[in-house]
Amino acid sequence: MQGSSPSSGAAHLSANDLACRRGDRVLFRNLNFALAPGEALHVTGANGSGKTTLIRAMAGLLSPFAGSVASEGTIGLLDERISLDPDLPLGKALAFWEQMDGCNDPSGALKALGLQALLDVPVRYLSTGQRKRAAMASLLNRAVPIWLLDEPLSGLDAAAIAQVTALIQLHIGGGGIALIASHQTLAIDGLQTLAIEEFAA
Amino acid sequence: MIATLLKRDLAKFFPFAGSGAALPLIFFLAVAMLYPFAVGPDANLLGRTGGGVVWIAALLAAILPLDGLVARDIEHGVFDQLKLRGVAEEMSMAVRLLAHWLSFGPPLILATFPAAALLQLEVETLHLLLLGLLAGTPGLAAIGLIIAALTASLRAGAALSGLLLIPLALPILIFGAGALARSDDATLGFVAAISLLLVAIAPFAAGAAIRAAREG
Repeated sequence: MQGSSPSSGAAHLSANDLACRRGDRVLFRNLNFALAPGEALHVTGANGSGKTTLIRAMAGLLSPFAGSVASEGTIGLLDERISLDPDLPLGKALAFWEQMDGCNDPSGALKALGLQALLDVPVRYLSTGQRKRAAMASLLNRAVPIWLLDEPLSGLDAAAIAQVTALIQLHIGGGGIALIASHQTLAIDGLQTLAIEEFAA
Repeated sequence: MIATLLKRDLAKFFPFAGSGAALPLIFFLAVAMLYPFAVGPDANLLGRTGGGVVWIAALLAAILPLDGLVARDIEHGVFDQLKLRGVAEEMSMAVRLLAHWLSFGPPLILATFPAAALLQLEVETLHLLLLGLLAGTPGLAAIGLIIAALTASLRAGAALSGLLLIPLALPILIFGAGALARSDDATLGFVAAISLLLVAIAPFAAGAAIRAAREG
């Protein structure tokens, strides 16, 4: 990531006068926030207002049009693209990322998201909500301090929304950071809100 | 980490492992089988032209795997997740190049034996073909990877990549097939040199293409 905080050690994530564009259009400018351990920020806005672009810029996958992003600590990303091989059974598709992350015991994450019964099902047969839960399990297995979540609740049923919300709560309760882009309401204590349209260019 | 990535890529692309991964090999053999039907069983003619046909078959077979080589993983966000785990695009492309060549070069070289039998090639020609393909297939794989990465975000990418590969592969074809007529070590050395250059460039070119596709 570009830049790093002088106080090393504790995780943090911040945007400084950030502006991002998509194609020729600048979506937002002069956007600032800073998140310390245990803090979560909910980014709200209409479709196309730049929520996903902000998440991808914070992940370092897009270069900002102006301003900068800074982070300390490993970043985990959950977005629409679940990066699980559609031809493989879910268990094997998840196992690849477990090996990449050196995760030896994925059972906790599978249980928390109710995926044990689906391990033999090829990823392409999973429903939208099941895929989302699988991607969430993959994120949990990484045990990283910073979570970037792009529409984490879309496609989930009521029970799964409660599960994922509880997991986010647990993550920030344990000193993690979460940046959540969602047009849904999130029942999380201590959640800060940022309306991206206030920064529209 | 890199070994895990290579294992995954090989499992996807090695013949008879993934879906459709054996197609280039079957296509290559099918061309060698069809050619005697088309020109007749004249051993003299087959022996004289067969080597060139094997080269053309190899070049066309190199087009087939390009479709799913990079585009699908971009679409599924695999390179994004790898980047977040500290695996740069250049590294994931270098691994992909190795996996692509391993699943396409050596099987093709092995398939040259039955192809040579079908085309009634002489031992000397077979020898030059094997050496030529060994020197040339890494270059074909490298061109293929660059093209697959460049065209990944285009809608007609798969069709376009086939058209793009042909002119770029021409030097390898000219020197590789040329070695059959001249039976000259220097010509094969030239094929190897072109291949080495392409292999050295490919991870950087393909990596840059993936980053550019993200910004688009």
